[in-house]
Amino acid sequence: MNNLLVLPMLLPIVVGVLLIFLRTYGRVQAWISIASMLVTSGISVYLLHKVQTDGIFRLDFGGWEPPFGILFVADSFSVLLVLTSSIVTAICLSYALISTSKELQTMYFYPSVLFLIAGVNGSFLTGDLFNLFVCFEVMLLSSYVLLTLGNSKRQLREAIKYVSINIVSSWFFLVALAFLYGAVGTLNMAHVAERVAEVGQTPLLTTISIVFLIVFSLKAGLLLYFWLPGSYSSPPIVTSALFGALLTKVGIYALFRTFSLIFYHQPETTHLLIGIMAALTLIGGSLGAIAFNDIRTIAAYNVVIAVGFILVGLAISTPASIEGSIYYLIHDMVAKALLFLLVGTMITLSGTSKMAGMSGLMKNYPLLGWSFFVTMLSLAGIPPLSGFIGKVLISGAAIDSGSYVLLALALLSSIFVLYSLLRVFKNCFWGETIVSKEEQPPLRKGVLWPCLALVLLTIGIGLGTEGMAPYVTDAAETLLNPGIYIDAVLGLIQ
Amino acid sequence: MNINDVILKTVSKAVVLIILTFGIYLFFSGHNEPGGGFIGGLVIASAFVLMFLSYDSETVSGALPIDFKKLSALGVLLAMISGIAPMFFGGAFLSQSFGYFDLPIFGKTELATVTVFEGGIALTVVGVVVNIILSISEDE
Repeated sequence: MNNLLVLPMLLPIVVGVLLIFLRTYGRVQAWISIASMLVTSGISVYLLHKVQTDGIFRLDFGGWEPPFGILFVADSFSVLLVLTSSIVTAICLSYALISTSKELQTMYFYPSVLFLIAGVNGSFLTGDLFNLFVCFEVMLLSSYVLLTLGNSKRQLREAIKYVSINIVSSWFFLVALAFLYGAVGTLNMAHVAERVAEVGQTPLLTTISIVFLIVFSLKAGLLLYFWLPGSYSSPPIVTSALFGALLTKVGIYALFRTFSLIFYHQPETTHLLIGIMAALTLIGGSLGAIAFNDIRTIAAYNVVIAVGFILVGLAISTPASIEGSIYYLIHDMVAKALLFLLVGTMITLSGTSKMAGMSGLMKNYPLLGWSFFVTMLSLAGIPPLSGFIGKVLISGAAIDSGSYVLLALALLSSIFVLYSLLRVFKNCFWGETIVSKEEQPPLRKGVLWPCLALVLLTIGIGLGTEGMAPYVTDAAETLLNPGIYIDAVLGLIQ
Repeated sequence: MNINDVILKTVSKAVVLIILTFGIYLFFSGHNEPGGGFIGGLVIASAFVLMFLSYDSETVSGALPIDFKKLSALGVLLAMISGIAPMFFGGAFLSQSFGYFDLPIFGKTELATVTVFEGGIALTVVGVVVNIILSISEDE
């Protein structure tokens, strides 16, 4: 038992509630929420080290032992994601502090972001499937608020689609939970895993797992991503950066958790299906990324490509591929936040999101241009940036397991990522400078600092891969040996 | 709307009291019987909604100077505090405890910390429900 485990979810909620009472003080709210996210990051670092020394540990809420109570479980995989999302959120919030209008800041923007991150962290940490549903809902409700804040016509139109698709998928989630509870009589993840292993994954359980697959794919944007480009490209910059960095990742986490811990007995059905869906996602995302002229839509389609790429690792499910997926997942949180912040800054500067309206930004804003260049290389997987190691590991694993179709699509998608962003880079930053330096709106002081912090982070992750390796290896080992997780949760009782 | 709704107004004056009593009864009975913070909160909220329906919102807001947004935040805070408090006494998050006390009028009474948690939930439910109804009705 260690109460620190609940803090990554509890702290944002308590601070968020307190901020509601400070509604009119926009800047104070920003500073407090940034500070709370930094504290959360610090706690996650401590938790990560504790997992390495003491192994997986859990917190039983109210002292109710599993499988009867609800619990939070810390393993390397979940804590790594909590750490990354807390850092990325802190940086996005500092961008909001510098750039966002006062009107937005005082309309419960910061409390909503904190509730969103509470839901995200809770989803990563929880060890109970129904609690996962609750944390998803906390996250989704805050994302509905964030999506509609700002009140433009386009946002409301996209919000209607987003809300309705998510309500449908939440309903599917409930149905799947009911089926699973009816079949195995428990919702504690470790307990479910144990019982599924005991009775064998019958066709009925495989069918239930496919309902879960559909639910999580809707959240992750795996094949069922039709809602994603619209809703990720309409809200204010900071919101879309947070969405692009965090929301799909929670769905991906849930897929990894359920299909490595619980439903891993029939890979010829479930993992094959995941592989096919990942392949189609890669194709669809790549086509989308080069088809549009709106740079926000291009960025949103890049999110889709990354989802497909990460799930190639799950479809293959060897130690190397899972490690690659974890590296890529962490990299993608940082790089997508960076991409959306840069794209947002470009739109603020030029007043349009169409590529045709921008040209020669490099002359007036060299720092912005080169940050974009680094992001592009990082997303394409050029060493020594953070995207490289994940791509190498997943590609290597694909060769070892003979999944040449997935290999080809994964590598082709990297080229499409590079091409789509290179097109933006060439059209928007190079070319003739349309407006002279005097006429260009000045870049607000300090706007680029958060972006530079993220650039440093992507370089740092790339160069510091060696330092991260023990944590990621441990995370992959836990994912591939469900026994470790089950023992840690249920061990003391049986 | 200028309907002469004197009957509605008179009846609701009495009914609001009954609903509030019932809501508070449900809230406390929830400890061992059906009821609890969520249901009690919903019933109490319905009393507020009835007041807003039968009188105009200015009158009610004047008589009840409550910011329902802050009320729901306060409720969440209260529930969280009842969960956090045991962490300082070496218990797990959300641990609850109870004891029997001799109170002057009630005699031997069971007092449980879970009531604080439930109270927080009730406040949140009241705040959220009334807030939703008011937001919808404020549309021009």
